Amino acid sequence: MRFERREDVSLTALLVAPFAAVAAALLLCAGLIAMAGVSPWVAYAEMLKGAFGSRLAITETFTRASPLILTGLAAAVAFRARLWNIGGEGQFYMGALAAAALGHATVTALPLPLAWAVLAGAGMAAGALLLLVPAILRLRFGVDEVVTTLLLNFVVLLFVGLMVEGVLKDPMAFGWPQSVPVAAGLRLPDLVPRSRLHVGIVLAVVVVLVVWLVQSRTVFGAETRAAGLNPRAAAFAGVPLTATLVKVAALSGGLAGLAGVIEVLGPVGYVTTTMSPGFGYAGIVVAMLAALHPLGVVAASVFVATIFVGADAMSRATGVPSFIADVIMSVALLAMLAALLFTTYRVRR
Amino acid sequence: MTDPLPVLELDGITKRFGALTANDDVSLSLQKGEVLALLGENGAGKTTLMNILFGHYAADAGEVRVAGKPLPAGTPRAAIAAGVGMVHQHFTLAGNLTVLENIVIGAQPLWSTSLNRDAAAARIRDLSATFGLPVDPDARVGDLSVGERQRVEILKALYRDARILILDEPTAVLARPEAEQLFRILRGMAQGGLSIIFISHKLHEVMGASDRVVVLRGGKVVAERRTAETNPAELAELMVGRAVARPKRQAHEAGPPVVVARGLSVSHGGGMALDHVDFDVREGEILGIVGVSGNGQAMLGRVLSGLARPVGGTITFQGRDIGRLTPRQAVRMGIGRIPEDRHAEGVVGDLAVWENAVLERLDEVSRWGFVRRAAAKERAAALIRRFDIRGAGPETRTRLLSGGNMQKLILGRNLAAGPRFLLANQPTRGLDEGAIAAVHSELLQARAEGAAILLISEDLDEAVGLSDRLQAIVKGRLSEPIPAEEADARKLGLMMAGVWAAPQGVSHAV
Repeated sequence: MRFERREDVSLTALLVAPFAAVAAALLLCAGLIAMAGVSPWVAYAEMLKGAFGSRLAITETFTRASPLILTGLAAAVAFRARLWNIGGEGQFYMGALAAAALGHATVTALPLPLAWAVLAGAGMAAGALLLLVPAILRLRFGVDEVVTTLLLNFVVLLFVGLMVEGVLKDPMAFGWPQSVPVAAGLRLPDLVPRSRLHVGIVLAVVVVLVVWLVQSRTVFGAETRAAGLNPRAAAFAGVPLTATLVKVAALSGGLAGLAGVIEVLGPVGYVTTTMSPGFGYAGIVVAMLAALHPLGVVAASVFVATIFVGADAMSRATGVPSFIADVIMSVALLAMLAALLFTTYRVRR
Repeated sequence: MTDPLPVLELDGITKRFGALTANDDVSLSLQKGEVLALLGENGAGKTTLMNILFGHYAADAGEVRVAGKPLPAGTPRAAIAAGVGMVHQHFTLAGNLTVLENIVIGAQPLWSTSLNRDAAAARIRDLSATFGLPVDPDARVGDLSVGERQRVEILKALYRDARILILDEPTAVLARPEAEQLFRILRGMAQGGLSIIFISHKLHEVMGASDRVVVLRGGKVVAERRTAETNPAELAELMVGRAVARPKRQAHEAGPPVVVARGLSVSHGGGMALDHVDFDVREGEILGIVGVSGNGQAMLGRVLSGLARPVGGTITFQGRDIGRLTPRQAVRMGIGRIPEDRHAEGVVGDLAVWENAVLERLDEVSRWGFVRRAAAKERAAALIRRFDIRGAGPETRTRLLSGGNMQKLILGRNLAAGPRFLLANQPTRGLDEGAIAAVHSELLQARAEGAAILLISEDLDEAVGLSDRLQAIVKGRLSEPIPAEEADARKLGLMMAGVWAAPQGVSHAV
């Protein structure tokens, strides 16, 4: 048996791949659910009900999807350029921290749209800076960014802990380690009344469209694609590789940072060390399921959010541990990698 | 004379890939001690045929017989057991293992825990000596030259008791002296009783090294000749299907110098890749740089492409210093560049043809940072028409182009802008005869229009045929130029060996 490269990757195959991967993941995990003594049919039905069964469930699912769209986009943008940013989690927290640090005093002096712009800019800059360090280390010294970005996540999390226990600690929180809340006037308006769903998801989708436009239509997008696909040929044709990669790093880190800002200004209101249930890491899964396409990121985010929100409800109803969400997600990622292999290669005997 | 039983017979082999028939009812036979050349253009079905013989592919119809016994289809293991060895064009060696380890891998039973290194090493040394394939069994393959790696591949086949050796384009990666040495070795093996098939599209190799030639075209055997009874012109015509001739250079006066290098030096990895080289390329002239690969050609190309910086001397283009240009600045100034390796540097294979057509000049087809796609595609379409790039539209993935058409795309995107200087680094490496003729005529056309062209080539026929003047590159140094009219095999051989008259005037004292 051998793998033979396909002449061309068909669009159909690329569109079918994520669905096949998800189906495979659900099928494989059905076995695990059965081992927990619950019928997979019942469990998946509960899951779907938990994610979409009521107005509250639906808004929760989309609330969960909003930061995922941005962290997923952050990973997709970086991976396209072969910059392996595993540090979305840390960049998310840096953005959140920047919003919380600036969001209670300084910015209240400014008119509202400007204040939001300043917070978004600060959060994106914080996220971008966190990724620029590993990016430059790789460009200058060849340090593997997979390792540095991954480990920085833990450094940042400890830093967040230091902040919310120290300088930014909220004195009114009965000793809970959380930051001072952002000014109430700065919170993003709700999209659906009496829910946690806020305009952040609209913003995230707009950002997706902008990034899609940039990637497919601009000189920067063309250069990024060339640099990602064949750096030597790109350099020969005059694409400045270092500058391109630095820009990509700034964009990717900035997007993950923006996710943190929106989460703070939206549903949460302050920073804690547990505010992210792994948005940065899940963003990697989202990016892969989306085959790194910006529009696919939106759909993949909704899927991952469905699994997370639905698994909680399913767990309450059936007693299957909600860890199954992580398992489904991981298996889906592996299945997607296999599916991507089959879109580019065919098996010959 | 009665023919003894052939050691190998292919009988009516047919293989289809979708709509494409790669091999159509191909039959041939091989005698003991014979060197058979399989000649054909790229895409004629040579490699497919050999992959069927070796069991990588299963034929849709037909049979392979070794010493009269049919070989089961589709299993390389059966082919190896029957004594068929294959040396692939792209080597299948592990660079981090030693020669010995590479050779015994796969020949060793899976469950044997220890390796009898001494016995294996002795056997390899024995084979090395018998067949004149010197190589150190304990050397790391990653440290070996391309020629040495090829010897390891051959030894690997011999170690498995191959009696029939198939070599796929064995000289594609070799410089001429190495290639000549290889053919001497193959000849010796044939005299020792082995039977050899080698695949090639180079006429002089086939004429020089084979006993018999089978010509494939469009998947069919179109002719079979005894080498002694044919000639290169006939073979070329059989191979291409029509008479092809490389275009001839017309004499004309060269203009003033366009690119001038004086004492140009570039360091690389602690040594000097280019060491005080001098050359002038004049308007309407082709200056050929000949030499055995690895003597500084790559660095010369990199400097002129804007990818490497000189450490000494000057290089000017129309009087302006170009030693510190970026590739983009070079393109804007009117310097055209054809890279040495079109797949690695020339194109981004997974981008569309139109994107590769404008990648060097994105600024010319963009406004406010947005690519004007319609204008870019129109440009690509114009290139496709003007340079006769076949099998492609602007939206085609560039990877799917044949080598010749890919090279026409690269040539086209450079020539369309009317460059004053063109660097042509190995412009026809790996191309078939038809594509070579097309590339040559484009280069000569650019010369006629007044471009100054620096041609770096390992193909002596090409260098002598196209160039007005020639310089040899040896260990990073350039010989004095000689007019192409004075170039003969003996003189060029001496030049490439580093024997040339001391330059007049200043000598470079250390």
